[in-house]
Amino acid sequence: MNKVLMQGNKIIGEAAIRAGCRFYAGYPITPQNELPEYMAENLRKIEGGVFVQSESELAAIHMVIGASAAGARAMTSSSSPGISLKQEGISSLAACELPAVIVNMMRGGPGLGNISPSQGDYLQATKGGGHGDYHIIVLGPASVQEIADLTMDAFDLADEYRTPVMILADGMLGQMMEPVVFKKPKPRNYPEKFMMKGAGGGKSKIIRGLILDPLDMEEHIWKLKRKYQMIAEKECRYELYETNDAELILVAYGTSSRIAKGAIKRLRNEGLRVGLFRPITLWPFPAEGLRELAKKVENFLVFEMSAGQMLEDVLLALKGKARIGFHGRPGGVVPTPAELSNVVLRKYNRKDGLTEIEE
Amino acid sequence: MKKVFGRPLSMKNNPFHYCAGCGHSTAHRLIAEVIDELGIRDITIGLPPAGCAVLAYNYFDVDMIEAQHGRGPATATGLKRILPDRIIFSYQGDGDLAAIGTAESFHAANRGENITVIFINNAVYGMTGGQMAPTSTLGQKTTTSPTGRNTTLDGYPIMMSDVLAMLPGTAYIERCTVTTPANIIKAKKAIRKAFQYQIDGEGFSMVEILSPCPTNWKMSPVEACRWIDEVMTKQFPLGVIKDRPAQEKKREQKGN
Amino acid sequence: MLVKTIFCGFGGQGVLMMGYTLANGGMNAGFNVTYLPSYGAEVRGGTANCTVVISDEEIASPIASNPENIIALNTPSLMAFQNRAASGGNLFINSSIISIEPTRHDIRVFKIPLADIAEKLGDKRTANTVMMGAFMKITGLIPPDIFLKSIESVMGSKKKEVVEMNRRAFEVGFDFLK
Repeated sequence: MNKVLMQGNKIIGEAAIRAGCRFYAGYPITPQNELPEYMAENLRKIEGGVFVQSESELAAIHMVIGASAAGARAMTSSSSPGISLKQEGISSLAACELPAVIVNMMRGGPGLGNISPSQGDYLQATKGGGHGDYHIIVLGPASVQEIADLTMDAFDLADEYRTPVMILADGMLGQMMEPVVFKKPKPRNYPEKFMMKGAGGGKSKIIRGLILDPLDMEEHIWKLKRKYQMIAEKECRYELYETNDAELILVAYGTSSRIAKGAIKRLRNEGLRVGLFRPITLWPFPAEGLRELAKKVENFLVFEMSAGQMLEDVLLALKGKARIGFHGRPGGVVPTPAELSNVVLRKYNRKDGLTEIEE
Repeated sequence: MKKVFGRPLSMKNNPFHYCAGCGHSTAHRLIAEVIDELGIRDITIGLPPAGCAVLAYNYFDVDMIEAQHGRGPATATGLKRILPDRIIFSYQGDGDLAAIGTAESFHAANRGENITVIFINNAVYGMTGGQMAPTSTLGQKTTTSPTGRNTTLDGYPIMMSDVLAMLPGTAYIERCTVTTPANIIKAKKAIRKAFQYQIDGEGFSMVEILSPCPTNWKMSPVEACRWIDEVMTKQFPLGVIKDRPAQEKKREQKGN
Repeated sequence: MLVKTIFCGFGGQGVLMMGYTLANGGMNAGFNVTYLPSYGAEVRGGTANCTVVISDEEIASPIASNPENIIALNTPSLMAFQNRAASGGNLFINSSIISIEPTRHDIRVFKIPLADIAEKLGDKRTANTVMMGAFMKITGLIPPDIFLKSIESVMGSKKKEVVEMNRRAFEVGFDFLK
């Protein structure tokens, strides 16, 4: 297949359409506007394809609920403040076990923040986000090619586990162009019995998250929990980079993992043995892979474009098993590989510097 | 023997949990009868709201998907756009349609979504225990307007049907009530027309039903009906507010 | 090899298109490339810039804090970006409308009167291609043939005279700098 140079936001649109997405609703917000624009132009050209510019992010996610219930592969997208608005519907999708894909092109926050690339929504995305006992699958692409691949995977995962799936990227990945090759999408495998199309002479169906009897609700939540455990066992993904002989492992995802790779190249040129652990699934967090590394490596440095969010997952995974440090640039700052390599250099030579965030 | 009265086929054999004298039971039944009569049970999908009618799926024997508070018309939009040949109705209360979901209702109407909304206006928040609604009348005492609704502090009752009727996307809006047999028959006709217009692809149709809530109004069922007829209808006059297809038909006939 | 280039100028001068064409050419020449435009409120004031990174290895950051090359099409952009250039880097200036002198002395400065050259060629729209010719002469980033093919595919024009005009503009730009 041909390699094309395309922007991250548009690639999500194209990959989604190729994966069979037939419903998109969204409300404009920078830095992801090219995605709804792409869908407006291209999804409507396809038979049965629906694009709706909704009155709000809230309305968009609830439209997605309807479209998903009706049996369509459905998607919405936004950036941080808009994702906060969508949480009501995401919680609902999780409760009702409806598949959907939600894209968050993160920007600086809290509040309106700014429109620069940031990773400040990690906790919101991976720890629930909306109310209630639930998780959603969160995928963290680090390149435009991976955006294309993971967008297609997101629809498959959403169907397989009947759960919302979030693609968590940032303004930089959304805005930048890189060459991409679209893989062949898998055929959809989503049973008709989960779709709501009218009773059609048979028994009528109910899709709901309201379960007034606490014991029944408890049972529903344990059922969801078992599903989440299964996802955690089967779906963890991560990348290892230069870890074989590493004395220090950087832990970073998305844009910051790219910067980490740049820093590692510099550090290796100076003879420092530094590697990278890059979670691709942010939920489920690939804790097992990280613990595996900790059998050989003592020193870990978490690097995020936030004040320290994924750090909590790394601490949970490695506490007592390794020394853990942190370097963060929140608020929309994108640090350079040179800056990061300087930080690593200091910590590498003075390894006790890595214990600073332990209790 | 000829059966003259029975449970509509689109209704499950479950006793209503609604209070004595509550308008929901009557409204449910009317909708079910209309679905039966139009023969659309197999292709109808309903959206119950948050509020007392949240359990409507226990009563309607059609496919039902719960909508979050106020979001019915948005979820209905998603359903209808994917399944344009299905009949979609969203059942909403006054808090749902005129407060928390004003935007979703307004914009679904403005897009002319080909759906039907049944708007139950009882001038009070029922499920949560009788707080002030956006449609509470002036001077009406509720648990959050204990000295009566006061325009300075609480604003005015919103006449959503009249507001939505101004939008070109709406096809049909009528305000009815269920206080007397005559009114109930009128309400059923209105509901039937609203569904028929959806079948005909006319766009957004809505029937507002002034509905008694004796429990929260602290009245007997009979007093509640009287309060609607004597007080509430002054604020919310009954009748057809907009009937675009009928107007168009009239214009055509004149033209001929 | 890792080369970062910033294109900057007024919105409407074709800044983003120039960057896109370079990135496309880089891709077609078999390199890893990234292209990052300025976006949002940044572009509402009428200025535009984009960053293109070309490398034979995986690219870490699409952002350039110290680019090897800067192409400045107007004076405000020159003033805003010249200090970012890496020491020993190249600064290409559209001298048709930039009359001030760059303040940096540790970089190579190339002045190309784009409008004048393009006018002589008979088509003002070829100005940016002239610049790219000069740019390729100095940087040697991409083989000219591959780059010209990329221009054609980006412009999507099959018209022979347009293709020919761009080829000429590129050559004139290429030959302008000795």
